[in-house]
Amino acid sequence: MWLLYLPLVLPALAGLAARPLAAVLDPRQATWVLSIGAVALATCSAAALALLTAYAAARSPVLSALGDYSPQVIRSADPIPNAIGAIAGLALAGAVIAVIVLFSRRARALAAAYRHAAALHGRDNVVVMPGPAIEAYALPGRPGRIVVSDRLLDDLDANGRTALIAHEQAHLSGRHYLFAAAARLAAAANPMLLPVARAVEYTIERWADEHAAAVTGDRALVAQTIGQVALLAGPRQARMPRISLGIVSSRTRRASLALAGPVPRRVAALLTAPPRRRIVLLAACSVVVLLAAVAALDTAGDLHALVEIAQAGQ
Amino acid sequence: MHEPAPPPAQDGSAGAGRRAAGTLEAEVLGILRAADGPLTPGDVRQRISGGADRELSYSTVVTIISRLHDKGLLARQRSGRGFTYAPVDEASLAASRMSLALGSLDNRGEVLSRFVSGLSGRDARLLRSLLAEVGDAAASGPGDPAERG
Repeated sequence: MWLLYLPLVLPALAGLAARPLAAVLDPRQATWVLSIGAVALATCSAAALALLTAYAAARSPVLSALGDYSPQVIRSADPIPNAIGAIAGLALAGAVIAVIVLFSRRARALAAAYRHAAALHGRDNVVVMPGPAIEAYALPGRPGRIVVSDRLLDDLDANGRTALIAHEQAHLSGRHYLFAAAARLAAAANPMLLPVARAVEYTIERWADEHAAAVTGDRALVAQTIGQVALLAGPRQARMPRISLGIVSSRTRRASLALAGPVPRRVAALLTAPPRRRIVLLAACSVVVLLAAVAALDTAGDLHALVEIAQAGQ
Repeated sequence: MHEPAPPPAQDGSAGAGRRAAGTLEAEVLGILRAADGPLTPGDVRQRISGGADRELSYSTVVTIISRLHDKGLLARQRSGRGFTYAPVDEASLAASRMSLALGSLDNRGEVLSRFVSGLSGRDARLLRSLLAEVGDAAASGPGDPAERG
């Protein structure tokens, strides 16, 4: 019976592993593995909650009369306390509501994006937005658009513009918003998966960065462009004197990168060697997800068998 | 970050300017739309018709043009030490309206993939140190890109 709790524990493990995995895996593979894994784990944990609820609910006289099975047999075999069944039921209801709310919000946002993208009738899929903002984004649609502010184009040289456009183009052609949406929905169903959703949002950016690096053939250029734009767009800070930059040793750098936001990590990743494929890690992730699925399916089978025995005992 | 720049300060010679700020904006926009290509503020000033009573100072013309640029009606391009201006095309106007519309949605970030997310002060410091290293490595390169722009 303890197996039933396994799908509830594994998402916490996935949450802990997500950020390190996002850092070492090839970004494209990481995006696929983490988003599929998040959805699978969320499904399994929801199934486990449903089973816990069902075990507790099976004791109710109303259900046993409806299902025509013996409540005595269920009670004798049932180790799930009522309180846990009730908590699981509430958690499941909360998860279902959270998923529905998030799904409809995302669907509305996506529909709005498609409408706006269709309203832009330029020939090019790059649209220049006038005004003083430092802004660049990919707008999903048919066709998708890349919107860049003219102020930002002014500040970049030709190579920087190529890197920027290639990055945004990768988001559009890879339909990256779907991966992010899937992972966010999984996290809505099970908040323990929130770090996985954040990791997917990061690996999507890395995927696009690596694409831009492949298009321009220059990883350092992409790193510099990201850094330049981030510093232009970022909150106005007092500029650090150059002299203090030299004292950041590579070890303190690594320590601060571990806690840093996505932009410095993206830049640092581009300044090191391109990521390799890691078959063993990928296999380990698949095993964890499979374990959750097996546990959920196994206990579902147990419940089914128990009800059949109870029906025979009626 | 989406805050438009504060409107340029009214300069002292705005006696005529204040009387007809709207008219002047329309006139400048008309001149730029009629022009063959982008114009500098100096070009615009030369083309503004009018006798001696309507002599506009250079700074007045720059003020009007900046105001039009802030409104998103003019696109700006760097040219030498200054800027040239051109009226924006239809697609860009739609884009700027759209970005206003999207800015009002709180779920804006959910489907748009922005090039960079926000930076904390720590992140900015870390970023500068990373970029300084690239700048040093490329000895003949353009130097620290953070110091450009």
